[in-house]
This record gives sequence, structure tokens and C-alpha cells, in this order.
Amino acid sequence: MAELLLETPPTRRAGLWLDAWASLRRSRAAWVAALVLAAIVVAALVGPSLSRYAIDAVDWTQASLANPPSIATGHWFGTDTNGRDLFVRVWIGTRMSLLVAVLATVVSVAVGVAWGATAGYLGGRVDGLMMRFVDVLYALPYMFFVIILTVVFGRSLVLIFLAIGAVGWLTMARIVRGQALALRQREFVEAAIALGLPARTIIARHIVPNVAGTVIVYATLTVPQVILFESFLSFLGLGVQEPLTSLGRLVAEGALEMETSPWLLLIPSAVLGTLLLCLNFLGDGLRDALDPRRPR
Amino acid sequence: MSRAPLLEIRDLEVVFDTAAGAVQAVGGVSLDVHEGECVALVGESGSGKTQAMLAGLGLLAGNGRAQGSVRFAGQELIGTDEAALRDVRGTGIALLSQDPMSSLTPHLRIETQLVELLLDRGLATRAEARERALEALREVDIPDPAARLRQYPHELSGGMRQRVALAIALMGRPRLLLADEPTTALDVSVQARVLDLLANVRANGLGLLLVTHDLGVVAGLADRVAVMYAGRLVEVAPVDELFAAPRHPYTAALLAAVPRLRGDDGGRLSAIPGTPPRPGEPVAGCAFAPRCAHAVQACRDGRPVLRGLEPGTGVTVACHRPLAIEAQPA
Repeated sequence: MAELLLETPPTRRAGLWLDAWASLRRSRAAWVAALVLAAIVVAALVGPSLSRYAIDAVDWTQASLANPPSIATGHWFGTDTNGRDLFVRVWIGTRMSLLVAVLATVVSVAVGVAWGATAGYLGGRVDGLMMRFVDVLYALPYMFFVIILTVVFGRSLVLIFLAIGAVGWLTMARIVRGQALALRQREFVEAAIALGLPARTIIARHIVPNVAGTVIVYATLTVPQVILFESFLSFLGLGVQEPLTSLGRLVAEGALEMETSPWLLLIPSAVLGTLLLCLNFLGDGLRDALDPRRPR
Repeated sequence: MSRAPLLEIRDLEVVFDTAAGAVQAVGGVSLDVHEGECVALVGESGSGKTQAMLAGLGLLAGNGRAQGSVRFAGQELIGTDEAALRDVRGTGIALLSQDPMSSLTPHLRIETQLVELLLDRGLATRAEARERALEALREVDIPDPAARLRQYPHELSGGMRQRVALAIALMGRPRLLLADEPTTALDVSVQARVLDLLANVRANGLGLLLVTHDLGVVAGLADRVAVMYAGRLVEVAPVDELFAAPRHPYTAALLAAVPRLRGDDGGRLSAIPGTPPRPGEPVAGCAFAPRCAHAVQACRDGRPVLRGLEPGTGVTVACHRPLAIEAQPA
């Protein structure tokens, strides 16, 4: 009997990411969020081609320009104040917002984690120098940068990604650096040093995965920030330009007409809100799924 | 013993810069460890034994500085650059640390942590490294090693983790193992198994420097014992000599403080009166003098140096009035 109890059950494991996937499927909120998110992405990709209207086509056949949603006219989400089909514009806008958000978040995570983990692990003078550099960038008004960049290089989407990524990684670097500083004191890091592993291996393998939870949660918080920041840039005329659009722009334009044409505000905000909510639930589920100590 | 020692520590000093000024944790320690030999470094908490060991590997905290000389197989380690130290670590000197709960990286499988060193140094292919990992787990008596490789540290018990940590330390086939209180955090029954394993690996010619305050561990494992007090060595002796006839009053007091199941008096445990000097406090003379029953004025005036007492016994002691001599006046 005692032997039976002592015997450990056979474990079948296939890898951290497969474990995480299985765990994610078991968490209902995260799984539903992932499915809804997937649906939004699919809609953003194929939605515009389902409609017979183009993004910049004004529908002159209607009596007025702004029409409420209707099946009969083929304007499923209605038209905006210029008579353009909102269904097409919302999904094109979602596409643009997702693109900006994903690319800017990838930039900010990649740069921020590498920078912060290196500074925190090495510590001392290197840490001081690296973090002062972050402080200086923090202190500079980024709008000023973006305006100069657009003047010098002309408006382009790439520039928007660069500008947003350049702002986003600073906070990420600070968060990761703080965690790395604490992890450096842990015994398993000392054990890795005593084993003669080089600094880059220790940072990449023993430090960075330990901050993954924080990074993922912060990254899912970055996405809404980026989407809002993009709409702000667009509002100033520095971001996405007409006839192209983004969710942020659509919401801003809809807000102006909410008394006369509420669907112009409600539909894009519903998509934006659902998107952000899903990202938050998914981030939460991912953080739990990536923690190996969590019983499953 | 005539061969050059594997580890040769000479006049090692460790100083920490603190807000309250420079604090000396280790002062003038000299010690050798030969191949296949187990030397135990004994002392109470704060006596500097762990710091003396870490200094050699360059693992002192940021505000610590080491002076003197630590030579491993003839190579000077104090003041060498990080890259050279890294080559020695793992494959030359390995470290087994105190707490198996925190010395394994929580999010990495046992396999990853075992093969890491070999793959990083390019010492083996992935398949070879895996073979070696299985072998290493078998060496430390881990049942069903293939299944363990796939597990995470939190799925193992404390004793098993310490054995895995030992397996990791041995993966690089080091010539010297530094063990920092390897059994302190374990249950008594598990302690015995870990000690057996350490005795086994030593049989393969591995030098072992064991830092502990557990005299029971010392008696079972060590060839020689070095007793530290307030950052200095007070006595170095072969283990049998030390237990049979401690020369230094501090060693004698330590041995007397070990609880015994069958005591002569069955009364209170004997404790050493007083407290050790605070690190950084300047001490003229012998640091143990204020607590020593045998202290005379000379003990308070001049610091005793380590010296050989009786030729042929291998005993050295830093005391003005060593006990054995007192008992049998020469």
C-alpha cells in the first residue's frame, strides 16, 4: 500500500506550449475570448469583400447620406455622413487597428524585455546607464518626435508602428528590469552562474521566462493603449489617412454624430470594446496557462 | 598528499562594503583540498565559512571583495576575469547549494537544467547529453529517471530535488564540488541518503569542500576538518584527531554542545557562553578569548596564528593555550 502511494503517476507532457494550450482550453473565459477574437480577425480579413460597396464609394442612390443599418439597401451597418458603407469601413478599420496594435506590441515587448532583463540582470553601472537612457526618452515629448519624423520622411504606416513601438517599450523595460533585479538574487540564478553559464543564456533561459506572466498581462494592456494612441495620431492628421480608417478614427467620427446617427458610434465602439475585452481575458488565461506551478 | 592540492587557498580575505563601513567577513584563511579528499569547513552562523567558499568562485555579492589567493589546479581564481571563471565553473568546480527548494529554476524541466551546461559548452550533442542526464539521475538513485526528465522541479520532493541538484552539479564532471550546507534543509532520513551519495561521488576522485555547522555530517564524511570562528581558522585537523582530542577551546566547546541521546548527566545542553564578535568589530588578540574559559592576558593581547602542534598528526591550531598540550605538559 505504502509503495502504491509513493509511486508517482506516469506523466505525459509534450512541452510548455502544449501544456499551456491544454490549460487554456480548460479555462472557459479565456477560450471563449480566444474564439471571439478569432471571429473578429476573420471578419476583419474577409468582411470587406462580402459587401458590394468599396471603402471610399459614396452611395448616391440613397435619399440622404447617413442611413441607418438595413438589410434591404445592403448597408448592413448603415452609412456614414458621407454616404460610405460602414460595414466595409468598420472591418477595414479593425484590420488597421489590429495591425498597428500587434506590430507595436511586438516591438515594445521585444525591445522592452531584452532591454529590461539585461539591465536588471547585469545591474550596477550598466543598469544605471541603460535605465537613464530610458528616463531620457521618457522625458522627451514623443509627439514632437512623431511630428519631426513625419515631416522628414513623409507619412507612412511603418512610421506609425515605429513611433508607437518606440514609446511602448519604455514602460515594459522598467517593469521587466524590476523583476529581473529581484530574480537575480534568487538561488537558482546563482546556481546557474555557479554552473558557468554565460550571461546571455541565464537572461534568456532563467530570467525571461520567469517574467512571462507579467509581460503577457502588460502586453494585453498595451494593445488598447496602442489602439487609442493610434486614433489620437490619426486625429492630429499624423496617423492613418482617409479614405483608410481605423477603429479609433471611426469612434471619434461617430461621437460627433451620436445624436443624429447613433449607429456610427455604437457599431465601431462595440467592435472595439469586444476586441479589448477579449484581449484582456485571453491575457489573463495565458498568464495562468504559462505558470508551470499551477495544478492542472 | 604530496601532490599539489586541487584547491589551494592562501590568506583569503573577504571584505564587504556596507553603509557602516568595510566589514571583514573572512580574514586570512589558508586551506588545501586534495583530489578525492573531503574537507569540512565548520563554524557557527556568520563565521564566514560560506563567504570563504563563494569567494573562490567569484560569487560574492556585489559589495564584496576578495583578496589573497585561491588557486584551482594551479590556476589563480581571485581577480581573474569573468570569462576565465566561467570556464572553471561547472566543469572544474561545481556548487551544490543549501536550499533545493530554490536552487532549481521553476519553469524549466529537469532535463533542460541537466543538459544545459553540456549543450552550452558544446561538450555533447543533444542525444548524448540526454544519455548523460539519465545516467546522472541514476547515479544519484533517482527512480524512473526517464519520467523525471520530463517533470518540473515543483513536482519533486525536497530530497529528490537536492539529488537532482547534485546530478546537475555533476553533469560537467567537475574535479571539485563545493557543497554549502547540502543537508540543512532536508529531513533527517533524506539527509542520510544525500550524505551517502556525496560519499559515493567522492570515491570517484572528486575533491569535496563541505561547508556545514552539523558536526554529525562532518564525522561521517570528512577527512579533515577546518574550524572557523569570526572569519578565521582556529583549528585544522584530521577528523578523528579533531573528535578525539580537540586542541582549540572553541572546537572543544562546539563538540560539547552537540546533543547526545545518552548524556552522562542527562541535564541541560552545554552552550558556549557569550556571543561571537560582530563582523567588522576590531578584535585585538584571539577573537574567542572573551568566551574562553582558558583565556589568559596573552590571549587578549596578541592574535594567535595557525601552527602545527605535534608533527605527524597534521593538526594545526591557532591558540596560545591549546588544550591537549595543557593536559599533557611537554
